[in-house]
Amino acid sequence: MGLVLLVHVVVGIGLLLRGRVGRTATLVALTAPGAALLWWGTHLGTVLDGGAVEEVHRWVPTLDLSLALRFDGFAALMVVIVSGIGVAVFVYSWSYFGPNVPLGRVMGLLVLFSGAMLGVVLADNLIVLYGFWELTSVTSFLLIGDRYREAAARSAALQAILVTGAGGLVMLLGFVILGIQGGTYRLSELLANPPSGGAVTAALVLIAIGAFTKSAQYPFHAWLPGAMVAPTPISAYLHSATMVKAGVYLVARLGPAFAVVATGWRPLVVVVGLVSMVAGALRALRQHDLKLLLAFGTISQLGFMIVLFGVGLEATSLAGCAVILGHALFKATLFMVVGIVDHGTGTRDVRRLPLLGDGWRTTKAVAVIAAASMAGVPLTFGFVAKELGFEGMLHAPMGGSGVVLAVLVLGSALTAAYACRFVAGLFGRLREAPTASFEVTPQAASGAGATRHPHAPSWVFVAPPAVLAILTVVFGIVPAPLDGLIGAASDSLSGAASGAHLAVWHGFNTALGLSALALAGGGLVFLWRVRVEKVLALGARLPNGNDGYQRSVAGLLTGADRVTGVVQSGSMPVYLGVILITAMVLPGTALLLDGPWDGWPVLVDSWVQAAIVAVLISVALGAAIVRHRLSAALLLGVAGYAMAGLFVVQGAPDLALTQAAVETLSTVLFVLALRRLPSRFEKRSTTLTRGLRLGVSAVVGITVFGFALAASSDVQPREVADQIVAASLPEGHGRNVVNVILVDFRGLDTLGEISVVAVAAIGAVALARAGRRPRSAPVPSKAGPGGTPRHAFVEVVVRGLVYVTVLVSIYLLVSGHNDPGGGFVGGLVAGAAVALRYIAGGLDDVRRMVRARPWTILGSGLLLAAITATVPLLFGEPILENGYWELTLPLLGDMSLSSALFFDTGVYLVVVGLVFMVFEAFGGETTRSPDPTEGTPSSEVSAAPSEPTPEAVRS
Amino acid sequence: MSVLLAAAAASMFAIGTYLVLQRKLSRIIIGIGLLTHGGNLLLLTAGRRGLPALVGEGDPADFSDPVPQALTLTAIVITFGVTAFLLALAYRSWLLSSDDEVEHDLSDLDIRLGRGTHDDDDLLNRDSSDDDGLVDDEARPARSSVDPRPEAERP
Repeated sequence: MGLVLLVHVVVGIGLLLRGRVGRTATLVALTAPGAALLWWGTHLGTVLDGGAVEEVHRWVPTLDLSLALRFDGFAALMVVIVSGIGVAVFVYSWSYFGPNVPLGRVMGLLVLFSGAMLGVVLADNLIVLYGFWELTSVTSFLLIGDRYREAAARSAALQAILVTGAGGLVMLLGFVILGIQGGTYRLSELLANPPSGGAVTAALVLIAIGAFTKSAQYPFHAWLPGAMVAPTPISAYLHSATMVKAGVYLVARLGPAFAVVATGWRPLVVVVGLVSMVAGALRALRQHDLKLLLAFGTISQLGFMIVLFGVGLEATSLAGCAVILGHALFKATLFMVVGIVDHGTGTRDVRRLPLLGDGWRTTKAVAVIAAASMAGVPLTFGFVAKELGFEGMLHAPMGGSGVVLAVLVLGSALTAAYACRFVAGLFGRLREAPTASFEVTPQAASGAGATRHPHAPSWVFVAPPAVLAILTVVFGIVPAPLDGLIGAASDSLSGAASGAHLAVWHGFNTALGLSALALAGGGLVFLWRVRVEKVLALGARLPNGNDGYQRSVAGLLTGADRVTGVVQSGSMPVYLGVILITAMVLPGTALLLDGPWDGWPVLVDSWVQAAIVAVLISVALGAAIVRHRLSAALLLGVAGYAMAGLFVVQGAPDLALTQAAVETLSTVLFVLALRRLPSRFEKRSTTLTRGLRLGVSAVVGITVFGFALAASSDVQPREVADQIVAASLPEGHGRNVVNVILVDFRGLDTLGEISVVAVAAIGAVALARAGRRPRSAPVPSKAGPGGTPRHAFVEVVVRGLVYVTVLVSIYLLVSGHNDPGGGFVGGLVAGAAVALRYIAGGLDDVRRMVRARPWTILGSGLLLAAITATVPLLFGEPILENGYWELTLPLLGDMSLSSALFFDTGVYLVVVGLVFMVFEAFGGETTRSPDPTEGTPSSEVSAAPSEPTPEAVRS
Repeated sequence: MSVLLAAAAASMFAIGTYLVLQRKLSRIIIGIGLLTHGGNLLLLTAGRRGLPALVGEGDPADFSDPVPQALTLTAIVITFGVTAFLLALAYRSWLLSSDDEVEHDLSDLDIRLGRGTHDDDDLLNRDSSDDDGLVDDEARPARSSVDPRPEAERP
């Protein structure tokens, strides 16, 4: 089975890829249903003997998700319908689309659909079934939207996928509940041991809703008539014979097991089916477009099947199986006939269809046979099936079966009436007096055949519907050959061996009387059609399903707009305020309700600490208050140095070193980036008023204060710290525990962090350089950044300082494993050397420092770290396992050289690369470009003057 | 951990928040800088104070906790990278609008003011299933609000 599905996938995708291939595509496409039928034929014997073929492919075992396929009697019936009608439709497409149309897309999608549909009927796992179900929805969407340049096709496709997709989601919910209640997602196991209870009933109602949307039952039916915009082969295949039967299929599978267990399910399904059967038939009687007539007829017939299967009895399920087959045979035929007529005459409107001449005899005969089967005329298979339905319902041991039967007969009568209408319309009997302008009406012009004369179809065109019609008659007269297939299908549903026997003649009994009644009633309704139509016209005033759809969609969009308008105000301060308040209030409340509290800790650790904190808070306040941009940046720098001081007091020399180096570089960075911006902050009103901002800040401050105190009162875990300190030398071969953590114990984290740094650096350069013209080969100038000529003495001193700083940075890198230092600190100190060089000689001097480009340094650092991390994997060691060599070096003394040094060198290079990148981003001499294509203010965003400001040298 | 340090961390957070809630990108960047200081302080004070954690230089029992220090160290460097990125944003904003103000998102504003911008033509351009280029009798005219003429006079 998996192989058959695979053939569909391969053929389908192959055709899609060769989208421009002509009508040979139909021949290629035939291989897929051909393969399916071949497989079907070879395995039919097992099924007819009451067995089943199972196939389970492991997929996601942890989720109890396996690609379980099961080929039993009912699946066999569905497979032969899907693939058999598929063959007919593909052959029909050869003539329908003609020689000069690219068909790869349509045929590829049809094959994919066919495979998905086979998947639906073969799946034995609910989740897998859902997957195939949605695939049929998606292919249906693409096929309805085949003429995607037309708005009508697009909206019809959207409506179809929205309705069936929403139904599918509801159904998935039902599947999950059912799977949880039943303890398995295997359909066959669930049906063998059906769970029960309120949750199961709810699940089945949800599944039924999904089935209703797919099978276009009221009130979700409106998408099916809309789908008739698709080319006729698609309507014949998906929207009458196969896909819309997916819902029926599901009801049929679940009906026998759950109709009694889940109270309320059977009434729901039966009522919806009956309403759809009658209402669909009534709508069909009002249609003038033959395709629409058939579409509403399909809704009606699907309702009939839903009723039969929903009842869930042995006899009705048997009838349902017969109706499914009968319907597929006659409805596909009728659609194909309409397509042929449309093709030949250019219209499908019964008011415009001309009388069809001699060449149309076969077509007409085929249409009459199929319509007779639809109406349930004896000697057609439709009659056999319908008779079975009446018979089953007559003897149904079920409350209200009489009412159901009465409505079924009414529905059948209406079906007979619209079958008459179809034939009469097709034969031109409903034609209105032809007007002179008939040929050039827009309807006709937009149709397939514009203004040409009616031409009779070729025999190839008529052959597929003709074969189906012949089958309808053959099985209508001698239904016995189907005993095995229909019987096996019905038995696999009800789980009993019934020994079903299909027959044309059961003697004069009630069922026959009801059939006669239905036919006679239908005939009368058709004969009195003028009067009936007047009554029916009133129905147009009723709200229809499409209005409901339109209103839901419009309401959804309006609602989405309103919600978006409230929650997405477009103001960043508002977003941040909301996020911060939420982040504070929620845990803050928890803290207040149930926080650890051991009283106040010490007020002050030491007086040095107090002094530093005083500096820190006052410069931070200053940074918040001053109106001068650069002053604020400098005050932030001072705050950073104060932090470094705190780190020293706290006993964290590595941090102090890092913070000091970062702060130096940050300050340079701020000056570089901000020198061009206006020196002062202008006063501008903001969304959050000052008071509100102060309020939010106060809440944040107070909550953090509470958290800090609560955290300090909690017992601090010493074990982790002690373990790491103890393991540092023996396992990490380093005495500086912080560095050992960074490059060894938590080296993977560090790798992630330097990746973040690299990404930020690349982003910064990209942003700063975007829209800047690539400069023609940078000309090294002898001038500093301010255009001042160089001073030899400054030059020498700077060079000396640079060399010393670089040496220090390398020392910090190498010794960092044992003494304060390491890759981060070393890189930052080297960055300070770069900054020195920049101050002396500008960007050009910085570029001359090293031959490599900044991104090369950054990338090679990252690469080195990554390689060091992964090399141990080659030796079967865990990632980042380090090797060691004991060495004695001059100056550094005894040390163990660790491969961690390479890792740390990678870190060092990343940081150095970052610094180079930063100067690359901001260090250039560019001003705002006067070129309008580069620096135009985006629309009315900026109220500020847009002329290029001169280089802000005021700094 | 002392009350003073808790207060210092809290003030960094409060002042940082105040700055972040403004519209000037450079102020926001400074605010983020202060917020990180607050965060680093919190991290650091989560471990104990003590001597630098250098094995062989003192009693390990007196060492400061090295774990939060390692965390903080990377945090500092990452902050540097992020600051560079944000400054590039400010720079870019200046290139485009000669200011570093973070403006309202215009499309969000449109939606708030009821000027929907979404493209839903395909969803809403039809008002009956029967209007798809298909021929049908009972199409729009039945909607009496659209066509006030009696049934018989309609085309």
